Amino acid sequence: MSDISLVIEITVLVLAIFLGFEVISKVPTMLHTPLMSGTNFIHGIVIVGAIIVLGHADDTLLKVVGFIAMVLATANVVGGWFVTDRMLEMFKRRPEPRKGEDKK
Amino acid sequence: MISDSNVVGVLYLVAIVCFIFALRFLSSPRHARKGNWVGGAGMLVAIVTTLLLDGIGNWTLIVVGGVIGSAVGVIGARTVRMTAMPQMVALFNGVGGGAAALVALSEFHAMSGVLTGDEAVSTSLSALIGAISFTGSIVAFAKLQELIGGRPITFPGQNVFNSAILLGGVGIAVAIVANVEGQWAIWTLLALASVFGVMFVLPIGGADMPVVIALLNAFTGLAASATGFVLGSTVLIVSGMLVGASGTLLTLLMAKAMNRSVGNVLFGAFGQVQAGAGSSMRTDDGRTVRATTPDDVAVQLSYARKVVVVPGYGMAVAQAQHDVRQLAELLEEKGVDVQYAIHPVAGRMPGHMNVLLAEANVPYDQLKEMDEINSEFPQTDVALVIGANDVTNPAARSDTSSPIYGMPILDVDKAQSVIVMKRSMKPGFAGIDNELYLEPQTTMLFGDAKESVVKLLGAVKTT
Repeated sequence: MSDISLVIEITVLVLAIFLGFEVISKVPTMLHTPLMSGTNFIHGIVIVGAIIVLGHADDTLLKVVGFIAMVLATANVVGGWFVTDRMLEMFKRRPEPRKGEDKK
Repeated sequence: MISDSNVVGVLYLVAIVCFIFALRFLSSPRHARKGNWVGGAGMLVAIVTTLLLDGIGNWTLIVVGGVIGSAVGVIGARTVRMTAMPQMVALFNGVGGGAAALVALSEFHAMSGVLTGDEAVSTSLSALIGAISFTGSIVAFAKLQELIGGRPITFPGQNVFNSAILLGGVGIAVAIVANVEGQWAIWTLLALASVFGVMFVLPIGGADMPVVIALLNAFTGLAASATGFVLGSTVLIVSGMLVGASGTLLTLLMAKAMNRSVGNVLFGAFGQVQAGAGSSMRTDDGRTVRATTPDDVAVQLSYARKVVVVPGYGMAVAQAQHDVRQLAELLEEKGVDVQYAIHPVAGRMPGHMNVLLAEANVPYDQLKEMDEINSEFPQTDVALVIGANDVTNPAARSDTSSPIYGMPILDVDKAQSVIVMKRSMKPGFAGIDNELYLEPQTTMLFGDAKESVVKLLGAVKTT
């Protein structure tokens, strides 16, 4: 599929591990659920694999399997994104201290 | 159509950078939502780039599949209730893992005969991990949705049986790497991995779900990353690994917050009723459990200076978070300082209580983490424990024979007085009694958390 060599792929993988730990360790506990659903969204990137596989499918079995993969991956991407957005929208700071006049 | 592989590579790099920014923005709730949009843009770039690759056909199938998937995703995401979020997260883990396994299956089928050694390794890994993640997540979903019981399901020889299945799966994977390319191999691999996924989540109890969900999250990421090796796609390798790192980190954090090893959580079948240690309340020293009434509690709360609310899974089950917020606001109007103490493993997934309280419009700066709030309990007039149990059990600090000994807890017992809202005297998930209930400063308000809080609301209004 691609001409980059295995060693380069592994190098990229190892760097991604370090980067991942570095970035994730800065996420506060408060946001751990959005983090899970946000990373859920990101692993929806398998949709790239699903498109490639389905796009090249040339027999019935491959088409069926690729199609199911496509449905699952799209649901993953779209659902993951919307859930994360909904959740993050809820996190609010305390309104500026002008008590008494704010009514809900 | 894009035929220049450098252009494709750069576009995928853009997607990767967007994902990294999305995660970076999550370091503060202020920017987090913006980050999700950046991540979404990255995903769009990756998808469009892939669609424009040379040789992509079957457009009808791609479009129909995409439309069905989007519809399911949008409807699911829009309609799910915030209290059902752990199930939803489990389900999205599952579909991602399933998609990765199916991509691996397709590649194996399409490339049979020409699979190189490293492609065989990554195809097997992707199929194995993806399938485990798929069925494991489905079982986790079923447990959280209470389609099946939350208690551990065990049978004699379980660990041996599970190990045998996993070894079988690994054996097939090795065979595939050693050039066995019959179609049966990949199907058997998928079947064994699927069975293992079911079997390994079944014995894990409800309160250990935070660890399991985080672990399945890591699995799905790893499966996506392995798929990247199959397809030679850096965007999959990196994005999958970012998720893998995140899931792993969360798994370790959750296990640490319970003072147990990940292995113990997965294979210990914790939470069966413990017959041995500490199963009898030591009431022989004259201490008894004292029940109280909403009116008494209302008076205590109204005249307190500082109240700390300690929410747990019981609050989530009763869906009491909105009433709790109203109660807190009412108390604040009376000049009481109200804060929330959040234990890292309270609830059924990492950060569960934070999301529930955020949904109820509790400002996030009122939510205090364990380390931050523990020093404040001695200055707290009333600690109001709503549906939390094991995370407040002082036995974790003092009783070396207790199964939860060493687990970091919220030092609720150091508050001037403690009010515990609980359905009954039934022990918590760990199956052990909570000595907190016998302390002289503790009183119990029995009943469903939501009903109790509503009664309290009424009583505080008239106080």
